[in-house]
Amino acid sequence: MSESRGLLKSHIVKKYWMAFTGLFLILFLTGHLAGNLQLFMSGYAGQLQFNEYAVFMTTNPAVKLLSYVTYLSIIFHAIDGMMISIANKKARPISYAYSRPEKNSIWSSRNMGVLGTIILVYIVVHMQNFWYVYKFGSTPFMMNEAGNAPLLQDGTAVAGGLIENGSVFLNGENVGVAMKDLHTIVVDGFTNPILVGFYVLAMIALGFHLVHGFSSAFQSLGLNHPKYNPIIRKVGYAYAIVVPAIFALIPVYMFFM
Amino acid sequence: MAAEKGMNITLKVWRQKNGQSKGALETYQINDVSPDSSFLEMMDALNDQIIMKDGSPVVFDHDCREGICGSCSMYINGQPHGPARLVTTCQLHMREFKDGETIYVEPFRAKAFPVIKDLVVDRSALDRIQHAGGYISVNTSGNTQDANAIPIEKEKADKAFDAATCIGCGACVAACKNASASLFMSAKISQYALLPQGQVEAKNRVLAMVKQAEEEGFGPCSNTGACEIECPKGISLENIARMNREYLSASLTSK
Repeated sequence: MSESRGLLKSHIVKKYWMAFTGLFLILFLTGHLAGNLQLFMSGYAGQLQFNEYAVFMTTNPAVKLLSYVTYLSIIFHAIDGMMISIANKKARPISYAYSRPEKNSIWSSRNMGVLGTIILVYIVVHMQNFWYVYKFGSTPFMMNEAGNAPLLQDGTAVAGGLIENGSVFLNGENVGVAMKDLHTIVVDGFTNPILVGFYVLAMIALGFHLVHGFSSAFQSLGLNHPKYNPIIRKVGYAYAIVVPAIFALIPVYMFFM
Repeated sequence: MAAEKGMNITLKVWRQKNGQSKGALETYQINDVSPDSSFLEMMDALNDQIIMKDGSPVVFDHDCREGICGSCSMYINGQPHGPARLVTTCQLHMREFKDGETIYVEPFRAKAFPVIKDLVVDRSALDRIQHAGGYISVNTSGNTQDANAIPIEKEKADKAFDAATCIGCGACVAACKNASASLFMSAKISQYALLPQGQVEAKNRVLAMVKQAEEEGFGPCSNTGACEIECPKGISLENIARMNREYLSASLTSK
């Protein structure tokens, strides 16, 4: 190897980036989960709440900036992870005939690449299911509770308004952008038991990924101290169980409601 | 002393003529093994048995046979230095196994540890990591300073000593799913990083040793913790975190 420098100059630097992007994505998951909790609200109020939230998430400039950082983090985490996986395999070209890795390490820690791949496939499917449809697909639009007037993005009902190309027209005049009805897309999507099953499986994979990933990120960044290690381990385990479980509960709840 | 009942053991031992040839597991039966004999004594008895039949004895590394030289290796029943904790193969006793058990014996496997013959691998890659930066420069011109003249915090001195107990056997590499030398390297970095004498060359040390380890073909660290569990000297993962910190600060400030 030559005198390499820069962003990925060594295994250890690659691990810093894994840890750094991983911890950022853990923060992202927390925010995403908080938003998703609105799906537990029922009736028209819940539908309106969620659709207004969708408008906020797609129009607020700060949120937009954060979303780009999130996309970059996911892509970087995946590519960096693949590079590390290749280096891992290269370091032992001939494997043992008989090995007992379960004697010295947890399963998650040895299968981060496989778990990550499942999560990456899930992210692509998930983006197609909702993000792509919301942005580019043909979505239904949000109406007022009586169902006779379309809503603008700010939530005002336009009596007698007509929707064309995503905008509301009143007497031939464009009065604003119509609020899309993402809630109905989500509700419709989770009537499919295969999709619900896939989402649950992906969240189990995420849980196992986090069981190792959470505390491992701290170790990679050199944050290892007898005073804080037990806290990091306990919070990591709790996070790895609770967050994916609530994520998985949402499609299951919607399927049965 | 009353005669103890000997154990009957089936061995599946990796036999490989040299670095170029392809090896394979070969099966041997050895009977009446004393439960109090060490694993290496059992291997000696096996070799006697093989030699008596005009066979070629199994070649394996050993030297002090008291757990301090780091020569013995062997991947025994799926774990480096066998199933017991905090011991090297020479201190592993046959009583750790069951009568009638089949035991797999393989060399430490890593790209950086090429097989020389049978169970002997070339571990000089670890020496080269050490040479790259695992030292301090001391003036020995006749007025050498007493190391004890510098006051050192007891806790730090203890941690440096703990790191220095690494015997460089390579069990960490053998146990790691990525054949990473991180535990070895971090112990060698920590034993100096914790002491004032080690500060002069600290930055170059960590950069040079990490670079050398990669050039030797050792893998990245996945923080599985397997190395710490299998290390016969109980070297702590804390050392790897310290190496990561040292490397971060050295990388950010190096020219």
